[in-house]
Amino acid sequence: MTTVSMTVNGKSVSGDVEGRTLLSAFLREGQGLTGTHVGCDTSQCGSCVVHVNGAAVKSCTLFALEADGAEVTTIEGMANADGSLGTIQQAFQDYHGLQCGFCTPGMVMSAAALLKDNPKPTEAEVRHYLEGNICRCTGYHNIVKAIMAASGQDVVAVAAE
Amino acid sequence: MHNFELVKPTTIADAVAALSGEDAQALGGGQTLIPTMKQRLAAPTTLVSTTGISEMQGVCVDDAGRVCIGGATTHATVAAEAAAHYPGLAALAGGIGDPAVRNRGTIGGSLANNDPSACYPSAALGSGATIVTNSREIAADDFFQGMFETALEEGEIITEVKFPVPQASNYQKFLQPASRFALVGVFVARYADGVRVAVTGASESGVFRWSEAEAALSDSFAASAIGGLSVPADGMIGDLHGTPEYRAHLIGVMTGRAVAAAG
Ligand SMILES: Cc1cc2nc3c(=O)[nH]c(=O)nc-3n(C[C@H](O)[C@H](O)[C@H](O)COP(=O)(O)OP(=O)(O)OC[C@H]3O[C@@H](n4cnc5c(N)ncnc54)[C@H](O)[C@@H]3O)c2cc1C
Ligand code: FES
Ligand code: FES
Repeated sequence: MTTVSMTVNGKSVSGDVEGRTLLSAFLREGQGLTGTHVGCDTSQCGSCVVHVNGAAVKSCTLFALEADGAEVTTIEGMANADGSLGTIQQAFQDYHGLQCGFCTPGMVMSAAALLKDNPKPTEAEVRHYLEGNICRCTGYHNIVKAIMAASGQDVVAVAAE
Repeated sequence: MHNFELVKPTTIADAVAALSGEDAQALGGGQTLIPTMKQRLAAPTTLVSTTGISEMQGVCVDDAGRVCIGGATTHATVAAEAAAHYPGLAALAGGIGDPAVRNRGTIGGSLANNDPSACYPSAALGSGATIVTNSREIAADDFFQGMFETALEEGEIITEVKFPVPQASNYQKFLQPASRFALVGVFVARYADGVRVAVTGASESGVFRWSEAEAALSDSFAASAIGGLSVPADGMIGDLHGTPEYRAHLIGVMTGRAVAAAG
């Protein structure tokens, strides 16, 4: 066991981990932050996306010890200080961007990473950026609409509607 | 996954020393190795992370005008920082996998792995790049030795890759949508002394140069120049995503598109 320390959603945390402990396991089992979902555990689905030093990464494909000393943001860190939903989260609710909600934490974290680099993406850019996030329920249109709305742009009827 | 010890050296020398231990293996971005370890297809006792080694990070241009990329540089960094120097290479890096994979995966890990469907091997071979390791320099033409096989020795790590910059280049990837790798990918690069064409995703022997197309395109750099050429289906990969004949056909189509896009 080795001690790992990092900042998660602004709070300093530490815990004892094995070499093989994944960041997703450290967050969920070590820190009780079960908002980060593990859908596939094979780096395919994106439900486990968190930010490590500002970059979106799949927490199921990163060892906790590789994030030693890092700033980590998870879905639990996306709400406003008063506990109300953050802009992207609210847009997902307003535009029905989720059904079962399993993919949603990863979708919101990927969307946040996109909007940080590209505050006014086109619809095509949103779809391209979400290539690593799989949703089995929504068919993606409402997720794309929610992200367009969260970026402060008009939400137009999207293709195939 | 079996347990192991993770070490995080900060210099190439320390990494090489750590890799000399029994069953030690380099860890780049882990985007291939971690899934492989989960399947217990790899079970190193020590993993030596390259991501904390600053001399293996970043993109620069050397005195010969070559774009030099540190072996632990992520695909996202290459996409952003090589764009001004070698746009064809930057675009290839920006099309690998998805954003989260690009934020972790490294050029050294990708070339060392030499997946037959990976993108970077085609850029390295198509550019006549030089692969620099802790102990020597290897020409791309000698580096790739068949599916998942390279010239790397046990414990040898890729520290840098040097790319001569072409006058024009383009990578065309026919996406295998489930894996997001290339079903067939073709990298075309036009240099003053000739054109290079490297094909990934297609052959059972991994990335290869299509020499007939290189000769035709060196005479006339236009998609029509390869119109009469075809690649035999023999030795091409056949799986549920495509037959050998389909892949052989795609090579011509993707080469034509790459030439047209390179202009
Ligand atoms: C969902 C998904 C989609 C992907 N899509 C694509 C794609 O479209 N195109 C594509 O090309 N790739 C794709 N990849 C693979 C990705 O690019 C990997 O990042 C890459 O192949 C391996 O790089 P890595 O740094 O993650 O290496 P790791 O997984 O850490 O290591 C891979 C191998 O290389 C060795 N190694 C690592 N670094 C070095 C080094 N510096 N020197 C010597 N050996 C080293 C390791 O020991 C291991 O054997 C995808 C991966 C995923 C998960
Ligand atoms: S759980 Fe990490 S990508 Fe699916
Ligand atoms: S809402 Fe169910 S998987 Fe996306």
